[in-house]
Amino acid sequence: MGDLIRRSAADLADALAAGETTSVELTRVHLDRIAEVDGAVHAFLHIDTEGALAQAAASDARRAAGQLASPLDGVPIAVKDVLATDGLPTTCGSKILEGWIPPYDAEVVARLKAAGLPILGKTNMDEFAMGSSTEHSAYGPTHNPWDLDRIPGGSGGGSAAAVASFQAPLAIGTDTGGSIRQPGAVTGTVGVKPTYGGVSRYGLVAMANSLDQAGPVTRTVLDSALLHEVIGGHDAKDSTSIDQPLPALVDAARRGAAGDLTGVRIGVVKELTGEGYQSGVQQRFDEAVQLLVGAGATVVEVSCPNFVHALAAYYLIMPSEASSNLARFDAMRYGLRVLPEGIESPSAEDVMRATRDRGFGDEVKRRIILGTYALSSGYYDAYYGQAQKVRTLISRDFDTAFYSADVLVSPTAPTTAFRIGEKLDDPVAMYLNDIATIPANLAGVPGLSVPAGLADEDGLPVGFQVLAPAMADDRLYRVGAALEALLEKQWGGPLLDRAPTLEVAR
Amino acid sequence: MPDIPGASRVEISRDEVAHLADLARIDLSDAELDALAPQLSVILESIASISEVAADDIPPTSHALPLTNVFREDVVVPCLTAEQALSGAPAKEQQRFAVPRILGDEQ
Repeated sequence: MGDLIRRSAADLADALAAGETTSVELTRVHLDRIAEVDGAVHAFLHIDTEGALAQAAASDARRAAGQLASPLDGVPIAVKDVLATDGLPTTCGSKILEGWIPPYDAEVVARLKAAGLPILGKTNMDEFAMGSSTEHSAYGPTHNPWDLDRIPGGSGGGSAAAVASFQAPLAIGTDTGGSIRQPGAVTGTVGVKPTYGGVSRYGLVAMANSLDQAGPVTRTVLDSALLHEVIGGHDAKDSTSIDQPLPALVDAARRGAAGDLTGVRIGVVKELTGEGYQSGVQQRFDEAVQLLVGAGATVVEVSCPNFVHALAAYYLIMPSEASSNLARFDAMRYGLRVLPEGIESPSAEDVMRATRDRGFGDEVKRRIILGTYALSSGYYDAYYGQAQKVRTLISRDFDTAFYSADVLVSPTAPTTAFRIGEKLDDPVAMYLNDIATIPANLAGVPGLSVPAGLADEDGLPVGFQVLAPAMADDRLYRVGAALEALLEKQWGGPLLDRAPTLEVAR
Repeated sequence: MPDIPGASRVEISRDEVAHLADLARIDLSDAELDALAPQLSVILESIASISEVAADDIPPTSHALPLTNVFREDVVVPCLTAEQALSGAPAKEQQRFAVPRILGDEQ
């Protein structure tokens, strides 16, 4: 059974098809694994044993009847706790939503259910997805399976750690500034942020609407493509959803895995390498680029001069949108309600103020205040207005770069996983983790992170980022799968084979 | 530093934070106000450079992929029942959200 949990989702789908296992068995071995290791990792906030096993039994019945719902029918999955799940708690890592049980499914969740993937549970995250380390969860941090004293990235550290520690073969994440890709990088897993509008945001609790995007969190590039095809595509319930068919993602991943990149032009973004990047990160990145050259790709250096302003633009746009989005937590319709002390017959506003003080954590308060500041009269043009203009400049940089390159590449994150607590009191240092991932969110283009190896100085995973033009997500999969195949040939197996064995609780 | 409000002295006072918290309807404690003011000043300092970057003729972008006129067919689709919509309410009464008084003494 130990073997089953280490296999890719694609392999598990084949095993199910060959009758080597059942969905109930697969679901059960993963639930057992969660019981064994999640005490130490803390990837999950809620586990749905009964629901997952019922969905698995239904999948096995469909298979017996020859009526499969999708290629991943029967393969279990974990879902980030920012997506509404009918009948299952959804907290967004916040005390303000403790115990909230949504009366509906997010579209992504509805598609997972329709495709027959049993949902194991909900994964931990920085509160309302605000963070790069999962330390801002109101329910305690998630630990990196490579070193339990280190962060698993964020905000989707729970999803990445669940997949990296073999507690789930697949997971869903969301990426506003890097929350899928950066956790992927620091846990040695694969994460994809689709083109903005490529996956429905209906039922995704919004942090910054114009940046948020849900996507796959997996151990292999092919698994991400398979999952992306399940959750992606037009949804009339999301007015920003792209009303066009997805490109052929799984085909692109299979083609890439053959290892031939002849004719593919790869652009190394000058502004996203060098200074500020850990030496082991830069080294693994440079070697990966050489491997791609060996596979037939041509490499050009591209300059995106406005990327240096991306972090500043992001830290104005995101808090501005977040501060207005989080106004919905008013203690009236759902979530926490706290009565202020010492006030007889408090007003609705008194209750709102007391509730928001008690229910929100430090980072959420910081961003709400920052957003309120950026949007207040007198500052609006100087900050929010300027940030929106910079957004235009960043999109133009991408347009220019994609004129001379089919994909752009960079390290996913400037460093490997840092220690829990190390950057907690230094917000600006924490924000710098997303320096390479943020431009894609601002421009809406898709991005993927694939493991590039371990940094020499600390033996921790390094991520390689691939960016493609909007709606050309297939290019991510082709290049990502090619690099994955070439590296695994060098390594003699997946990078996660080198992760330390977690102690198993009995 | 350019001559724009805030950026010339990228510092945000404790009183300003208290005012912003009031606008955002969050009762911050004294300790929180003390901690937040210097933190926000540091953050603002690191993002103030933005004011110099884009020229006046650069159009703003609100959404990366602009879509216009997104309509659907005017047909009835299922929605939440009253019971479902109220299922997460802190308090309810007669199929409605029950809320504290909404008018102040002076009104």
